[in-house]
Amino acid sequence: MEQMKVLVGLASCGIAAGANKVYDKILAVKEHEKLNFELTKTGCVGMCYREPLVEIIDYTGSYLYGEIDEFKITEIIEKHIKTGEPVKEYIVKTDLFENEDDSYWKNQVKIALRNCGVINPEVIEEYENAGGYLAVKKILNENLSQETVIQTIIDSGLRGRGGGGFPTGLKWKFAFNSKSDEKYIICNADEGDPGAFMDRSLLEGDPHAVLEGMTIAAYAIGATQGVIYCRAEYPLAIKRLNIAIEQARAKGYLGKDIYGKKGWNFDIYVKEGAGAFVCGEETALMASVEGRRGMPRKRPPFPAVSGLWKKPTNINNVETFANVPYIVLNGAESFNKYGTEKSKGTKVFALTGKIKRGGLVEVPMGISIKDIIFKLGGGIQGDKKFKAVQLGGPSGGCIPDYLAETPVDYDSILATGAIMGSGGMVVMDETTCMVDMARFFLDFTQKESCGKCTFCRIGTKRMLEILTRICEGEGKEGDIELLEELAYQIKDSSLCGLGQTAPNPVLTTIKYFRNEYEAHIRDKKCPAKTCKKLITYTVNPEKCTGCTVCAKNCPVNAISGERKQVHYIDQEVCIKCGVCFSKCKFEAINLS
Amino acid sequence: MRIQRIALENRENIHEEVDLSQLDSVIEKFKNKKGITIPVLQAVQQIYGYLPEKAFDLISEKTGIKKSELYGVATFYAQFRLKPVGKHIVKVCHGTACHVQGANIITESILEALKIADGETTPDGFYTVESVACLGCCSLAPVLMIDDEVFGKLSGKTAVNVIKEYQLKHNN
Repeated sequence: MEQMKVLVGLASCGIAAGANKVYDKILAVKEHEKLNFELTKTGCVGMCYREPLVEIIDYTGSYLYGEIDEFKITEIIEKHIKTGEPVKEYIVKTDLFENEDDSYWKNQVKIALRNCGVINPEVIEEYENAGGYLAVKKILNENLSQETVIQTIIDSGLRGRGGGGFPTGLKWKFAFNSKSDEKYIICNADEGDPGAFMDRSLLEGDPHAVLEGMTIAAYAIGATQGVIYCRAEYPLAIKRLNIAIEQARAKGYLGKDIYGKKGWNFDIYVKEGAGAFVCGEETALMASVEGRRGMPRKRPPFPAVSGLWKKPTNINNVETFANVPYIVLNGAESFNKYGTEKSKGTKVFALTGKIKRGGLVEVPMGISIKDIIFKLGGGIQGDKKFKAVQLGGPSGGCIPDYLAETPVDYDSILATGAIMGSGGMVVMDETTCMVDMARFFLDFTQKESCGKCTFCRIGTKRMLEILTRICEGEGKEGDIELLEELAYQIKDSSLCGLGQTAPNPVLTTIKYFRNEYEAHIRDKKCPAKTCKKLITYTVNPEKCTGCTVCAKNCPVNAISGERKQVHYIDQEVCIKCGVCFSKCKFEAINLS
Repeated sequence: MRIQRIALENRENIHEEVDLSQLDSVIEKFKNKKGITIPVLQAVQQIYGYLPEKAFDLISEKTGIKKSELYGVATFYAQFRLKPVGKHIVKVCHGTACHVQGANIITESILEALKIADGETTPDGFYTVESVACLGCCSLAPVLMIDDEVFGKLSGKTAVNVIKEYQLKHNN
């Protein structure tokens, strides 16, 4: 009988949900009772809403257990691990019988995430056993030329997954055509878009795939040095990358004369970012690597001609690189058979917000937004009404419910006014105020503007002021038009993508939810009942039973009242968090 | 823009009695390499929890990087702090997912409970509370992080409880 294998998902989100305790518990029992099974750590399978996850693979098949805590794992150890009897009630996925979550997996095609949650990211052999580093070896064994490799990537139709959507193969070709004694490959892992975490998951779950992708790119353009620019907020990703780099060096996959090929030198190091969203922009990123303030510069010259240290440089995003080994190994057709005419392959989305099943999904391009939210994501939390979905983070926009049939591909999404971005998909329901959403993003871009271009620096600040006053019920007639005017000027007069796209969240919400802006300005009302200055919570004396639940749950002790007496909310203290409203069993809290 | 300037009166309140002897070995590591400004500052902040004013003088002297450049970089990036911080840092996530799920309430409840403003340190020096952009744990929104530990699916009340319990546990 093959040995039983137990995998615990230990990416950041799993650890946050308590997966370390589960892992430690299994390890303690295994060692104490000298049980015979293989225990291993893995990355994120994407089913974040069921974390912590434990997968058991035995001779009968694979069983994925979800929402496991120290008590549940004890039961699973006793029954499944010791006697081979699966604990059905905790299983969220298995091939042996149907589960309510099966629709989450249907329609998913895993290419970039192929190894996440399957292999142990800290063991290079596991990556190799899963077909890792075979793509580079194929290039060497079959003596594929640099041009052939570039052509394969062009044929695959792969476009930059960081948001820009520029054809990856073409980018490589430009860098290849630049003549220089030194060239650089940079992996952009500065995932600053709030609400997107696919790059973090990839780096934590399959770092070798990124290294291999970078090595192939280095071969194609003739680079000798690679840099991974990773956010400092991702300590686990940085740790696993450094482990992976050490292992690859030890195997001769990085360093001098790599893969036994004389004269082929390529090494990679990790550069920690210091917290600046604008560094996701290529030229700002390079300035940061060089140790300067991360401010973008004018293009041309493009990085392919003059990049890091003024040498030809090719920059791709984490997810882009993760796709590369798969494409080279399996051929361009294996990738371009998925997707639409102009957007090939698959895309990873981070599904979050008011969604039932939040997590990472990888789907073929061209699937509709509605299918992602309702088929994969299981619909809206509490079965509330779906209102809009935000795509592309601070550079993107809100797509309303009636455009939910829009297929996800670069061009269709651009047509709505949003952008594909890195793939953050934040779902909103009827309780989300769209003006507040726009204000939120402007607040973000305003802070993150590097200050170089006047329109971006001051324009976003003025826009934020207007949005803030609208949210506070101080909006004036003409504010919407003023916002639009500023928005177009900022778009036209900013050097980099940050400024050019910063007004998108405002423009799309005005386009699709103008009535909400008008309600705030004219009626001084927030239709979603979110904007705090425009709402009050009061106790309905006829319904209040004096059960004290609201007072106990109030985080700021704004509610007073004796037991069995009508309670009272002190408006001076109340922070309008709404917890009394949601906790009251007697509907005695009025929201107006 | 996020440039933070320390007003003079605030600066006087900072008791800069820092032991700079540890700096030499750190700076030595980076000598004669290019692109070191950010890594050096990161290493210094790792030691003191912030960037002491006197450290700028020393780094500049030893590496030849102009003080204006060091200060420019230190004020540009969100990671760098010019003021001392508490023993433990509470980072409340204000990413999109957390915002939609009520991150403002988490911040307000915590600040109310600790009686400080955002970015400030408690009088006992135990906590510094900061609002940060995405921590990348969107599916557990709203989340906060104390040092390296993440707490998810919070409400105003549970967030305050987390803060209080953490302090009880680590107060020895």
